Amino acid sequence: MSNLTTGAKMLLECLAREGVDCFFGYPGGVTLPLYDAIYDHHIRHVLVRHEENACFAAEGYARSTGKVGVCCATSGPGATNLVTGLVDAMMDSIPIVALTGQVTSKLIGSDAFQEADTFGITRSCTKHNYLVKKLEDLPQVVHEAFYIAASGRPGPVLVDIPKDVFQAQGHYTPVTSIHLPGYKVFTEGHTGQIRRAAQVMWEAERPFIYAGGGIIAANASAELRELAEILDAPVVTTLMGLGGLPSGHPNFVSMPGMHGSYAANMGMTHCDVLVALGVRFDDRVTGRLAAFAPHAKVIHVDIDPAEIGKNRAADIPIVGDVRRVLGKLNQTLAELRGTGPLAGPSAARQAWWSQIRGWQAEHPLLPVTSDSEIKPQHLMKEIDRLSAGEAIVCSDVGQHQMWAAQLIRFNGPRLWINSGGLGAMGFGLPSAIGAQFARPDKLVFALVGDGGFQMSIPELSTIASYGLPIKIVVMNNGYLGMVRQWQELFYNNRLSSVELDCFPDAEKLAGAYGFKGRTIDKPWELASALEEAVREPGPYLLNVKVSPYENVYPMVPAGGAINEMVLAPPQPVAVPK
Amino acid sequence: MLLIISLLVENKPGALMRITGLLSARAYNIESLTVARTLDPELSRMTIVVDVDSTLRQQVIKQMNKLVNVLQAVDLTDSPAVRREMVLVRVRTAQETRTAVLKEAEIFGARVVDSSTEGFALEATGDPEKLDEFIDVMRSYGDIETTRSGVVAVSLEAKKLKLQPPVQTVLTDPRPLLPSHDR
Repeated sequence: MSNLTTGAKMLLECLAREGVDCFFGYPGGVTLPLYDAIYDHHIRHVLVRHEENACFAAEGYARSTGKVGVCCATSGPGATNLVTGLVDAMMDSIPIVALTGQVTSKLIGSDAFQEADTFGITRSCTKHNYLVKKLEDLPQVVHEAFYIAASGRPGPVLVDIPKDVFQAQGHYTPVTSIHLPGYKVFTEGHTGQIRRAAQVMWEAERPFIYAGGGIIAANASAELRELAEILDAPVVTTLMGLGGLPSGHPNFVSMPGMHGSYAANMGMTHCDVLVALGVRFDDRVTGRLAAFAPHAKVIHVDIDPAEIGKNRAADIPIVGDVRRVLGKLNQTLAELRGTGPLAGPSAARQAWWSQIRGWQAEHPLLPVTSDSEIKPQHLMKEIDRLSAGEAIVCSDVGQHQMWAAQLIRFNGPRLWINSGGLGAMGFGLPSAIGAQFARPDKLVFALVGDGGFQMSIPELSTIASYGLPIKIVVMNNGYLGMVRQWQELFYNNRLSSVELDCFPDAEKLAGAYGFKGRTIDKPWELASALEEAVREPGPYLLNVKVSPYENVYPMVPAGGAINEMVLAPPQPVAVPK
Repeated sequence: MLLIISLLVENKPGALMRITGLLSARAYNIESLTVARTLDPELSRMTIVVDVDSTLRQQVIKQMNKLVNVLQAVDLTDSPAVRREMVLVRVRTAQETRTAVLKEAEIFGARVVDSSTEGFALEATGDPEKLDEFIDVMRSYGDIETTRSGVVAVSLEAKKLKLQPPVQTVLTDPRPLLPSHDR
């Protein structure tokens, strides 16, 4: 392809060479030349109904595959609408390349129609961003963007392209090398530190593995499993790490943190060696930092040196790709095992496991059911039954997200997709679109609350248009449930602006888009209704009315230590007659 | 605490914005910032003095090192380094104090860069603290106006600069076929 070509075609050529098969976007004035080139290009453009959802869909694509997700928007409002998605990808370290159109170079800075300082606005919500000023720079910039997005700690990269650059003509020369002298990627991990870590882990009496989104990003599930088995240590995976170890694995405890299980949080609090893998000691996990894992020596493995010691000082810091580091760690541990039995007193290890089992038995995460109404936990258990750990579940944000994380099993990584760090409502439905495009073979649930669903409701049109067989399950409690829960618990139950009435009739709503929908509110309808939704070859909207006042437990109140959990709703005190 | 950070930065659009943005996003107040080209015209040297909670010192340096355009960020606060600042002072003096002003200027090693019937423009370099004193002394002679350059610093230890070598791009050939999910 050495003949004269336009910037728009050059861009598509670069995308194709990066292995992009589809991307999500919304056209506009300045991206007209690009969309003209898309018209007869093999790369598929998926037309969403709002740019924010283009970015969320790209995230769904990236999260479900590990490949770079691509989204596209026009200048001004198109670009500003991407911002929430970019921050989301930044918080959860998701590789995204966002392409935005910009007004013609000559007009930049003149307050032209649909002009916004995209480069400036997105500086803080991207890993890196570019404004392409000359056509000659375009291929280099695009490939750099993909490289930066996917390497090291992944993240979103934005490329802003003025209209005249799309239109300009030039010769395309393939990019053969990328030179970013200041972009440091640490992958290998310090051998001496790895050796020390292995020794400390081996001698631990109460080891505990705390694994996060880094395990998913680094495709390190197999290595994590091997570590858990060599060490025979209990494992918790964070909200971002669910599926990193199969939920059915005997060493898997559950999710820790604010809505984590009793056993997970007690394990964290009482362990003597905490093996932190691809985690960032987020406040939702640690609770009050000063009281977090007070007896533990911390081994912290992360690819981002800035995460080491950010919240909790590490006794043994290891900067590197968690997959490679675990590979070496497992090898070292296997050697240690070869030299003799467990260095740590095995009686202590046995006692540790029986303590963990004891905690699990004391306060298990139980599906609550009722004869008269559908309990949210019951819904999650039914989804879990149908998924059997294999479906992709794209969750929105709020109570349903926590119940799902507690109760739905995942047999592998990249099945649980949610907005973890940012907690962006409206994420569930569009991310399911991206996931379904990436994994057409998979059963995909968009598990959303009635609040988040209505934030992304325009995408029903996208789902209908592409005939995506997504199963949209709305956990409808008629409230912004998580906010209501906090108002109930911490603001004297003064329910302020949290009731969401006038939810549309699901059957009519889905029918208006040409697919099936149904509303249920009886517990005995739940199993068959979900089965019907899954059997349906096309999209399905199932509106499940659940008990409105159910709260998520266990719960660590904000600022509390994670071992000070509220395990159940306060019981009404019996008044003596 | 006041942190002195020396940065070697690629001379690319937005590089300054990324660095200051990183500080402002964490609500740190920049005391001074200087930036100028190095021997290599594609690189700039930046010295930033910023008020940072002492526990977050390392975190700031690490975050700066993460920026793609930053080749090196070094904390010079406690390491052997020379710190200098320049000030230009315009001082209005009465005829009878002109000699005294010049004497004081000499003590501080300041140079006269402009002289008029109104007074002098003086140029002084030194430690920021020394310049504070110089400004105080000059103020005692009459109305003054000052412009400070902000601190520039150079490390007295050679810091090894670790740069990333180029990477080869591994790109697939464009595949002229429709994706498999095209139903």
